[in-house]
Formats: sequence, structure tokens, C-alpha cells
Amino acid sequence: MTKTYPKASRPSLDNVSVSIEKGEFVFFIGPSGSGKSTIIKMLLHEVTPNKGRVVVNNKDVTSLRSWKRPHFRRSIGCVFQDFRLLPNRTAYENVAFALEVIGKTKAVARRVVPEVLELVGLGGKEHRYPHELSGGEQQRVAVARAFVNRPLILLADEPTGNLDPDTSIEIMRLLDRINRTGTTVVMVTHDSNIVNQMRRRVIEIESGRIVRDQARGVYG
Amino acid sequence: MRVKYVLSEVLVGLWRNVTMTIAMIITMAVSLTMLGVSGLVYNKVADMKDLYFENVEVSIFLKPEATEEQRTALEGQLRSDALVRETIYVDKNEAYERFKEMYQDAPDLVNAVKPDQLPESFRLRLVDPEQYRQINDQYSSVEGVDQIVDQSRVLDKIFNLFTAGQNVALVAAIAMAIAALMLVANTIQVAAYSKRREVAVMKLVGASNWFIQAPFVLEAVVAGLIGAVLGLGALVGLKTFLFDGALSSLQGLFSPVSWGEIFLTFPLMAGIGALVSAVTAWVTLRFYLRV
Repeated sequence: MTKTYPKASRPSLDNVSVSIEKGEFVFFIGPSGSGKSTIIKMLLHEVTPNKGRVVVNNKDVTSLRSWKRPHFRRSIGCVFQDFRLLPNRTAYENVAFALEVIGKTKAVARRVVPEVLELVGLGGKEHRYPHELSGGEQQRVAVARAFVNRPLILLADEPTGNLDPDTSIEIMRLLDRINRTGTTVVMVTHDSNIVNQMRRRVIEIESGRIVRDQARGVYG
Repeated sequence: MRVKYVLSEVLVGLWRNVTMTIAMIITMAVSLTMLGVSGLVYNKVADMKDLYFENVEVSIFLKPEATEEQRTALEGQLRSDALVRETIYVDKNEAYERFKEMYQDAPDLVNAVKPDQLPESFRLRLVDPEQYRQINDQYSSVEGVDQIVDQSRVLDKIFNLFTAGQNVALVAAIAMAIAALMLVANTIQVAAYSKRREVAVMKLVGASNWFIQAPFVLEAVVAGLIGAVLGLGALVGLKTFLFDGALSSLQGLFSPVSWGEIFLTFPLMAGIGALVSAVTAWVTLRFYLRV
């Protein structure tokens, strides 16, 4: 697929073709502005390619109508560098909010949220506010929120960008554990340490082109 | 749970920005009151036109020296005229009776006038009272006709006054509506900004568009409805204190405004208030949140 943003001199993604299998763990690496984030945005149906198709879960979402986008998003969980938690809600409420706004009842939230908070290692800290949690803990809340709906795909856009190396590794363990439940994990990162330790599929992008696609790769 | 969530969001939203909410409600109320007044005047004018024009007559007065033949010829012409619904011949005696009746408070005047001095006339009811001019053109030059008098021309002047008043109210309503519209748009923008984090998360986790928009749109709709209720209150006040109070001496002139009519304007005001608010809020959100 190709994506050229208006006013851009060269395409952000130039004839890129990637296929990711269900249950894979994939790193996208490359310098800033190489087009990694564009791939994430396409998977989220935030941008659409000028040429080519985006197929998620055997469904062509290239020309998905905008009113169908919300439902499509429910099959994808998202984690970002800046956590994006609601500051006036506790860890529990942040996760429950994600459930409630897609129509789940409070009863469902009461059952599912403690479970997922336990899974990400925040048992006992459910009622802390984001400012009472460390960066790593906040990111765990974000992961819990992304995963609580059991998405098919977990997109992580530089999830360790704001964290120290030790905490980063803990978050990676968590993502790995989520991956083992069968969830496809797609992660964009600059962190060579993490890529080298994980030894998963690495796709390197430069200037909108794939320059490397390696199973069990390193940052290089 | 979702209904409860949406409703509590609406209340929180209205309260968060309470000065703006009040400004929005007041402009909305004034605009809707003007709209209601304009609607009522429009109704009244239509009512009164029916009432007055029903009884309006065009009188063709004959010259004193008009001959019998001239009169019969004119009568024949009038009776076969498609514009004329009814023709009544008033001879000198009958004219005198009418004159006596009209000036019964001034017996001196009545005594000074003899039946012979009064002109014979035809009193016409027209099919359409507005077609007076054609009658005038057609018959003013007929031999024996002295002059043609049309009562509806006087009425027209009164009605033009009413229509002008109605237009003023309508223009004020539109001007206030534009102000209200901008306040709604602004309030919604502020509300959306203060909830931008929640909205971002909702979009991210796939909350449906209506669920994201509903609290904002309902916030505007509730403000519009409160404005309509205040507008209704203003109309009730106008009727009680102005129409039934200060202007009660003029009641013979106007056809009365009933409570029923006042309350019937409420659905109009509420409907327009709610609809305009909802559409404005929705359009603002589309631009501002892109949902």
C-alpha cells in the first residue's frame, strides 16, 4: 500500500506490503518519519491508503465507512508512549470506562476489571489515581485498558518511550504474556535493547520502504 | 447504565460552564418568545382578516340626478359580475334609516337631514375583498355613479401595522436565534475541550459516535427546552399583564388571544429550540471532534 499525505513531497509509505499472522509479535523499527506511525494509523483506520488495501482479520477495512469505525476499533487495543489515562479516574475506573463506553454493564466491569488488573500486576492498586502510580504502573493500566476487551490485535506505539530500562523490560514481559494468550502484538519502537532481547520478528522501515523483514531479528 | 451515564454527563456539562449556559438559555428564551409573538400575531391577523373582510362592503353611491334607467342598467351589470357576491340596493329611505341609526346620538343632525338629500347606493359584497380596485376601475366611469367607497382600504392600513409588528418580532427572533446559535456552538466547543481526554479515549476504544456525541447534543437540547419554557412564561406574562391588563380596553378591536393559543405555541417554540440547538451542537461536534 501507498500513503501520501497532502503537501508531502514523498510518500510516507511507498508500496509497502506486510502480512502479519494471527498470534505473531512484530516490531516495527526505523528512524523518525520513516512511516512506522502511518502503519499504526492505517490499522486503526485513522488514515486510509491512497493505493492498496488494509485487511484486518480477513476483512478489507480500506473503505470502511466511518460510522462502522467504532465497532472495528473494538477489535484492536492500543497503548501509547504517553499512556493517555484519565487523570481524574482511578486505575479501576480508567479500565472500566473503556468497557462502559462500549456498552458493557457495570456488573461486567466488576467481574472483568479486577481480573485484568491482576493480570498486568496491579492487584491491590486498583483505587490509585494515575498521579499516585509510577510511569511503569501507569503504562500497565493502559495495557489493562487495551486488553480488557480481549482484542485480536494489540498496537503499541513506543510503549516504553517514557520508561527507564528496567521498567521497560517489565512492560515487555507483560506484552509477551498477552501475546501468549493468542493476541497479535504490533509494536513500534526505537528501543534497540528491547528488540535485541525479545528476538521477535523485526520489520525495518526507512523513508517509507521496508528495508528488512527478519524473523527473530535484532535491532541491527 | 448508559442512559444514566449520558444524563449525568449532561447535568455536569451544563453546570461546568454555568454562566455560558445561562447566557445560552436567555438568548434562546428571548428568541423563542419573539418567535411565539410573531406566530400569535400571524394567527390573529389571519383571524381578524376573516372576521372583518367577511363584513366589508364596497358602496357605489349614485349621483342625485341619476335616472331610473341608469340605475337598472348598473344593477343588471353588478348582478352579472363574477367579482360580486351580493348586491343590495339601498334607496333614499333606507339610507335615511341607516343614517338615523348611525347618528342616533346627534338628533339635531338627524333632524336637519331629509331622506331626499341622501344618495341612493348599491352595497356590494365581493367574492374577494382584495379585488376592490377592479370594481373601482370598472364602475367609477359608469353614468350615474358618483363615487365608490371601499371600507377595506381603511382596514388594510390597520393590518399593515400588524404585519409590520409581526415582521419586527420575526427579525428580532432571527437575530436572537443567530446569537443563540453562536452561544450553543461556543458552549459545545468549550464542553468538548474540557472533555477532550475522555473523548480521545472513547474514540480509541471504539465507543459509538452517538454515544460520544449524545451528552453534548443533549446538553444543548436541554438548554433549548429550558429556553422554550421561559419563552412560554414570557408569553403568559405578556397576556396577563399587557393584553388582559394594560390593553384590555382595546379588546373590542382585537379578537382575543386565548390561553389555548398561548399554550399551542409551546410545541412550536420547544420544537424549534430543541431542533436548532441539536443541529448546531451536532454540526459543531462534527467539525470539532471529527466524530
